[in-house]
Amino acid sequence: MIGSAFGVLFDGFAYGMLLFLLSVGLSVTLGMMNFVNLAHCSFAMLGGYVTVTLTMGLDCNIPPLQILGWTFPGLHLFTIPPLPFLMTLPFAFLSAALASVVFERVLYRRLYRATDLDQCLLTIGIVFMSVAAAAYIYGTIQQPVNLPAYLRGTVAVMGQSLGVYRLFLIGTALVVTLVLVLALEYTRFGAQVRAAVDNQRMARGLGINVDWIFAVTFALGSGLAGLGGALAIEIIGLDHAFAFTYLVYVLIVVSVGGLGSIAGSFIAATLLGISDMAGKYYFPELGAFLIYLVMVTLLMWRPVGLFGRR
Amino acid sequence: MTASSPAVAAPQRYLETQIRWHSLEIAFWLAALLPFVVTPNYLQLASQIAITALFALSLDLILGYAGIVSLGHAAYFGFGSYTAGLLAKHGWGEPLSGLLIAAVAAGLLGYATSFIIARFRHLALIMITLGLGLLLAEAANSASWLTGGADGLQGVRMWKLLGIFEFDLYGYVGYSYSLVVLFLTFLVARRLINSPFGLALRGIRENAVRMPAIGAPSTAHIRKIYTIAAVMAGIAGALLAQTTETVSLETLSFQRSADVLVILILGGAGRLYGGIIGTIIYMVARDQFSGTTPQYWYFWIGALLVAVVIFLPNGILGGLARLTDHWRGRA
Repeated sequence: MIGSAFGVLFDGFAYGMLLFLLSVGLSVTLGMMNFVNLAHCSFAMLGGYVTVTLTMGLDCNIPPLQILGWTFPGLHLFTIPPLPFLMTLPFAFLSAALASVVFERVLYRRLYRATDLDQCLLTIGIVFMSVAAAAYIYGTIQQPVNLPAYLRGTVAVMGQSLGVYRLFLIGTALVVTLVLVLALEYTRFGAQVRAAVDNQRMARGLGINVDWIFAVTFALGSGLAGLGGALAIEIIGLDHAFAFTYLVYVLIVVSVGGLGSIAGSFIAATLLGISDMAGKYYFPELGAFLIYLVMVTLLMWRPVGLFGRR
Repeated sequence: MTASSPAVAAPQRYLETQIRWHSLEIAFWLAALLPFVVTPNYLQLASQIAITALFALSLDLILGYAGIVSLGHAAYFGFGSYTAGLLAKHGWGEPLSGLLIAAVAAGLLGYATSFIIARFRHLALIMITLGLGLLLAEAANSASWLTGGADGLQGVRMWKLLGIFEFDLYGYVGYSYSLVVLFLTFLVARRLINSPFGLALRGIRENAVRMPAIGAPSTAHIRKIYTIAAVMAGIAGALLAQTTETVSLETLSFQRSADVLVILILGGAGRLYGGIIGTIIYMVARDQFSGTTPQYWYFWIGALLVAVVIFLPNGILGGLARLTDHWRGRA
């Protein structure tokens, strides 16, 4: 019983770290611009699919064509050899960050002053499109991922057997958190970000280029989501509906933790991860009921979240 | 239907001009009878459209007029649906009283939750409505002894409507029933919106802080309209249960909440006919396009949504109104 409780706690913590990676970017950008970006998980999903594709390798060909009786031979464009899992992670980060910058510049920036509803609708539209596009390209099946041997299996730590991959996940998330916190506290850019979150208009008045800060933060946050999406494949799987399924979890983390608060997101994600895992383990018949109940109660008690100030 | 100039001298006069029936409106409701003659093979679809239009109308009351964004409106739809379905399953298959009981049940649920809703705005409100909707869906999923869980509610048997008309496979009775209920509810909504209460709701939408300052009890207004919208959503859900004689968990799902939101935005929120027009376009298009590849259908819905938000902020009806205003300005 004690062993299983520890196991649930450990798995729940690893799951929570995953949720933290997925949601921290949204928390910061929401806190800064009040932009309700429901498509955040679409960027996570993109990161996941990039990793799946790169670990399997990619052949890019133009198929043979027959036009008006002429036969054009097929053309081999390029081949990307299968990459090891760890090497794909930077690409997952970069692709999600790049895609998010494109969307931010082309679509989102038009709606910064629009209502919550318009922002919700635009980004839900993007979620719909990304889900359908993923189904079109990759089908509706769960995607496999090839983990290297050294990330599989378990190790015994103080008599408990712990999954190596989950340890790796926790380690990555903790490093990311540390880097984020240090960067926010001790760099000039971090100070500008904090100023913009605290009071956007005042920050503008002081000559901080909030639009630029926001674009960079947005890209970083989406990149982290992409990384989270890539790391999530082994734990929670990846299919075309990922952007929808985990949107709810990410929103819970953000709204419970409070907007613009890294510490809040961290604690909320940990709580959510552990309670979800415990709920599934001890009360499987309740399903996700418990999670939603906790969220609604918490929000009714503190509408701005545990650590939110506005 | 088209927005007249708001600079009319007195609110009284403004409401009087709004409440007059426009010839286009009469033509529209007459056209609603066309499916009986023109497309008798599609009466089932027409019935679905009438039901969804009613649901969209109920969302329009809270979202379009009072400005309450809800991502969990399917809760009341599904609650009404299950109430009507369970009644019929356990021996009371009389449609009209079933509809009434479902409406009251959904209204009570709406009244209870309205106390929560009225306290929040912005992101917290979106999350609360989403959470409440998911909560109810999960509860129904867990209570499979009552709801049949993922298999849906089986064995719903309806009695004859008014003791005379049996629900048939072609949907003659189903469509007539849904259309009449839609029309009657529409009349209520129309009267409501063109009353001082309706004006107050628009005031809350435009500036939630100023309304209490000029002496309007905003919270009470929000509670009232939310309860009314819940009743209407419950009626729509009950109609679906009664005309299809089955209830599934899908009636409570987030997907349904999102769909009706998309429909309303497409047609134009804050306009009585927005939800109805949006429903017709959405449902007919889905029926035509999704046959071959259902999962790709959402790509086009998503693209449409993005386009509407960027180019047509007030939906299709809003765009039309702007066009007609433009022409009138030229003439």
